[in-house]
Amino acid sequence: MKVTFPHMGYLYVCVKGLLEYLDIEVILPPPTSKRTLTLGTKYGPEFACMPLKLNLGNMIEASELGADTLIMIGGCGPCRFGYYAQVEYAILKDLGYHYNMVVLEPPDKHISELTTRIRKITGNKSWVQVIKAIRFAYQKSRAVDEVELMSFKIRPRELVLGETDRALAKAIKEIDNAASPQQLQLALLRSKDIMNSVAIDPNRPVIKIALIGEIYTLLDPFSNLNIERHLGRLGVEVDRSIYLSEWINDHLFMGLLKGIRSTKEYCQSAAPFLNHFVGGHGLETIGSVSVYAKRGYHGAIQLFPFTCMPEIVAQSILPKVGDALAMPVMTLIVDEHSGEAGMITRLEAFVDLLTRKREFKAN
Amino acid sequence: MIGYLGVDVGSVSTNIVLINEDNQVLENLYLRTQGQPIRTVQQGLKKLAQHLPISTVIKGVGTTGSARHLSAVMVGADVVKNEITAHAVAASQQVPGVQTVLEIGGQDSKIIILRNGVVADFAMNTVCAAGTGSFLDQQASRLNTPIEEFGTLALKSTTPVRIAGRCAVFAESDMIHKQQMGFELPDIVAGLCEALVRNYLNNVGKGKEILGPVVFQGGVAANVGMRKAFEKELGLEVIIPQNYDVMGAMGAALLAKEAVAKGQPTKFKGFGIADVNFAVGSFECDGCPNMCEVVEINEEAITIARWGDRCGKWANALVREQSKIS
Repeated sequence: MKVTFPHMGYLYVCVKGLLEYLDIEVILPPPTSKRTLTLGTKYGPEFACMPLKLNLGNMIEASELGADTLIMIGGCGPCRFGYYAQVEYAILKDLGYHYNMVVLEPPDKHISELTTRIRKITGNKSWVQVIKAIRFAYQKSRAVDEVELMSFKIRPRELVLGETDRALAKAIKEIDNAASPQQLQLALLRSKDIMNSVAIDPNRPVIKIALIGEIYTLLDPFSNLNIERHLGRLGVEVDRSIYLSEWINDHLFMGLLKGIRSTKEYCQSAAPFLNHFVGGHGLETIGSVSVYAKRGYHGAIQLFPFTCMPEIVAQSILPKVGDALAMPVMTLIVDEHSGEAGMITRLEAFVDLLTRKREFKAN
Repeated sequence: MIGYLGVDVGSVSTNIVLINEDNQVLENLYLRTQGQPIRTVQQGLKKLAQHLPISTVIKGVGTTGSARHLSAVMVGADVVKNEITAHAVAASQQVPGVQTVLEIGGQDSKIIILRNGVVADFAMNTVCAAGTGSFLDQQASRLNTPIEEFGTLALKSTTPVRIAGRCAVFAESDMIHKQQMGFELPDIVAGLCEALVRNYLNNVGKGKEILGPVVFQGGVAANVGMRKAFEKELGLEVIIPQNYDVMGAMGAALLAKEAVAKGQPTKFKGFGIADVNFAVGSFECDGCPNMCEVVEINEEAITIARWGDRCGKWANALVREQSKIS
């Protein structure tokens, strides 16, 4: 059995860690590239959002490398993502890629539905081992998030352009290579050293912008045209409303781990503007604006793929939220675009607006 | 004579403006880019140099527009600013107290909200409302009417036809169907202007508070039909500034003046660059499956800039002075 799964930013570090801990052979799809997108748009339904197309491309490319079993997340609710696994499976079948597909989604009737599906991958490994593996994967996602958070602080202050990106790639590799919890601890220390070795100017004034919106486009640098890097180079310290480890804790562990950030805070803060679940992360998007406004952020950028329904709902409410909290919010919709110039123009203009606004206040 | 240059290279037009110490426009060039920004900028500078007395001293240069980085490395700009800032600066200089700027160019359309002379909010087309200028251009040529007269034609209409304005493809096919039903041309053109205004306000101006004075600029502002449609829809007077078509370049010149006022000498390479050989080469990087098209700009066989690579491997290989000015 050669297992694969689609990419979403650094998700692969965590899932690969989980599967390899259980001695399952993993075939990683090649990093998402122009080819992935070309394959996805060729075979995907035109009106589907970009995540489906990139998923599809990842699956085809992984199959070419010999993968035969596919893990995919399912779901329910207004966001179409819930049925993507089935759509993708049908398309792959038509194209002649034969996969065993395991969809991890909330069970309909009984918990045993989910456990039998998990058993398909884990075979006769004991549940204790499975739980240990999940914990290990969670620790990996925490490590990745910690390093990423450091990069957000370092990038706008770096002295040599591009140094942070090189360090980040090295640091992620360290975490990715760790095969046991003990190794992971050491790897995290090493990767923090790598990040700290980037020369910075700690006194440089920076603008703080929160990236909010849909999970896939926030986490996946290919789909958002490396927005974090561009903002960093414009002298912006960013923060994301969603981190992988938080998502795992909120959705898979049901918020079991206390003391770390949770999206619950966002949902509660949405109250005066939106009181209802609208699917995806629409509610969180609305709530996160007020959370970030309280934390002293200068502005927020909403990111989502074209045709994303929950985020369109959020987008239409955002002007009111922004006005009420005196927080500028800009929306960027991504699709097949690969020309970064247009996005850079919008980012530059937004950063300019925030800088001038701050100077104006200071005077 | 002392002056500051502003260069705005867009998808359809390239504008070069020379202002004096009193922010007055001394020279104003409007050229068609025709897909060749480098050559157009060179031609523009050559033309400008011929007009100016030999004693002219350029104290600062600013670039803006979609090809701002390209033109900046060519001319040696002191300031590289995006169109939003440039347009806002120029608009508040021309119409003091302006609170809303409607800007429709060849490809991009934007709305800028100013409060107390500072940009408070803006929006730019993302997925639709793009290419309004180019679309009008194309419709004018399809109807065999010069683009300059297109707007006046709309003014003759008494009962504008409703045109589906959601996107250019919808609008065009709806327009053709209405022509085939026998509607008068002025009514169709007026309907088209109204449709484009509706689309602009729905997609770009969405949720923004539009207060007067309202300034309408960019190439499309020349179209009186569009102006009338805006006034009808907004219920406000719409002002078209004197230099409405070169506002970007003007803003860039004003910003350049601001930048060099701090005392640093200009980086302007001189009008001689009109005769310098700029060669552009490109290659496909084979470092990863992204296969980025990397563009190289060479000035007399020396590579002065590179871009287009996703990972930054090539762009970072050069010392990027220009990244610090922006």
